[in-house]
Amino acid sequence: MSDCALSFAAVSAAFAAPGGGRYTAVAGVDLDVAQGEFVCVVGPTGCGKSTLLNMAAGLLQPSAGQVRVFGQPLDGLNRHAGYMFQADSLMPWKSAIDNVMAGLIFRGTSPVEAREQARYWLQRVGLAQHADRYPHQLSGGMKKRVALAQMLILDPRIILMDEPFSALDIQTRQLMENELLDLWSADRKSVLFITHDLEEAIALSDRVVVLSAGPASHPIGEFAIGLPRPRDVAEIRLTPHFVELHGRIWGAMKEEVLKGYAQSQGMARASGGRHE
Amino acid sequence: MNDSHTVPSGLRLRVYQLLVLLALFGLWWGLTASAILPPFFFGEPLRVLVRIGEWFASGDIYPHLGVTLIETVLAFAFGTGLGLAVGLWLALSPTAAVLADPYIKAANAMPRVILAPIFAVWFGLGIGSKVALGITLVFFIVFFNVYQGIREVSPVVLANARMLGAGRRQLLRHVYLPSAMSWVFSSLHTSVGMAFVGAVVGEYLGSAKGVGYLILQAEGSFDINTVFAGILVLTACALLLDGLVSQVERRLLAWQPGQGNTEKI
Repeated sequence: MSDCALSFAAVSAAFAAPGGGRYTAVAGVDLDVAQGEFVCVVGPTGCGKSTLLNMAAGLLQPSAGQVRVFGQPLDGLNRHAGYMFQADSLMPWKSAIDNVMAGLIFRGTSPVEAREQARYWLQRVGLAQHADRYPHQLSGGMKKRVALAQMLILDPRIILMDEPFSALDIQTRQLMENELLDLWSADRKSVLFITHDLEEAIALSDRVVVLSAGPASHPIGEFAIGLPRPRDVAEIRLTPHFVELHGRIWGAMKEEVLKGYAQSQGMARASGGRHE
Repeated sequence: MNDSHTVPSGLRLRVYQLLVLLALFGLWWGLTASAILPPFFFGEPLRVLVRIGEWFASGDIYPHLGVTLIETVLAFAFGTGLGLAVGLWLALSPTAAVLADPYIKAANAMPRVILAPIFAVWFGLGIGSKVALGITLVFFIVFFNVYQGIREVSPVVLANARMLGAGRRQLLRHVYLPSAMSWVFSSLHTSVGMAFVGAVVGEYLGSAKGVGYLILQAEGSFDINTVFAGILVLTACALLLDGLVSQVERRLLAWQPGQGNTEKI
């Protein structure tokens, strides 16, 4: 147990539904992330992937079960984890470099030293030229790089990522994925990466976990990804091994995706009917 | 806004705007000089300008203008500070917010200019009563904007700052305050204007100094030209203050993507 960076034990999360009653997003999730392991969680939209990640971060408390970090039950925010969000998470009133150094400042590092480190990290993500720009002056990909540097500067032992590249175009996305793998391979941290894109999941991870459609979604399959590293995410998609893995995992996912789609359609119809 | 073919800009725009001003003065002069409008009620632009010239040449206007501006600045500073403090407090403390809600609504709905006589009784006919009136006008504008600003902080930005290790005070300083300040600055034009209104209305209702007092005096002696001169001086001051605010805003809100109400045509 102790060699697990992050482990979910029978974790459930239920929310009060707007119309009364409750909505169970995830139920009975058992999931371990070993130290240095890159785990991707895939599942249909609205299956509670983000809920899972928020519980790992300590932003949400599980309704039942327990999240453990390096063997210790998680209480409050997860201090070992860095979190990269799906939506824009940079402080718009801070320049790129001020955003990157924010975490160090919060932890009491002197501004001079924090700035120096931030400069180094901006350079690592290729944004040394843009240190003084504000987030609205940066492109989507650049903002993600800043967010990445902002997280990595704190040297977290666990990295949580919630579809961080889903808003990017495909080319930028593949560049970012390669960069992420580069940075990760330098000092293998434990990664829990959430995505709805199966190809992304296979290309990046050591292990892919498939979630069922919500409500009460839970893991329905685990697939070890034995693809050699280092990988190039654009090229590895063309290898037979990748295609074979993709076929197998998709076989397990397909039914859930269709179920999730049918539910979201049903919900749209129901809410449409209410409006009439 | 960059449609340079149809909308004039830069120096040319200034020239056109000046022409409009001259045309308006010309119209005013024409109508009153030809006695279509009685000059006794509508003033005579040339005499109004002469009056303004005399004020500035003799220096008579400076003490009055100074008092009005000091009242404006004090009302603005205290009103903004108070609005910021109360806004932060209520936005971050839900219990206090629900408790205070009906009173805030009532105080905001009340026509506060009517408080001027009460303030005159409480604080006398000096600067104090005008500043108090200005504060009641400025406070609510700033308060509602701060309250809104705190409420509208993106939950993702907030969660991110927390994950980066920000404690309560750091959240306040690095997330809540900057977000609230952007709302405060976007309302700065309105609040400076309101502080000015508070000062002038207060003076008009009872004082011994200030431009509002000058106007009241002139009105008492049916000196309509001096009334107009006072109004023109006040308008020029208001424009200057507004320009100053725009400068400050441009410098402090550099991080915003061309929002706010800095662009005016």
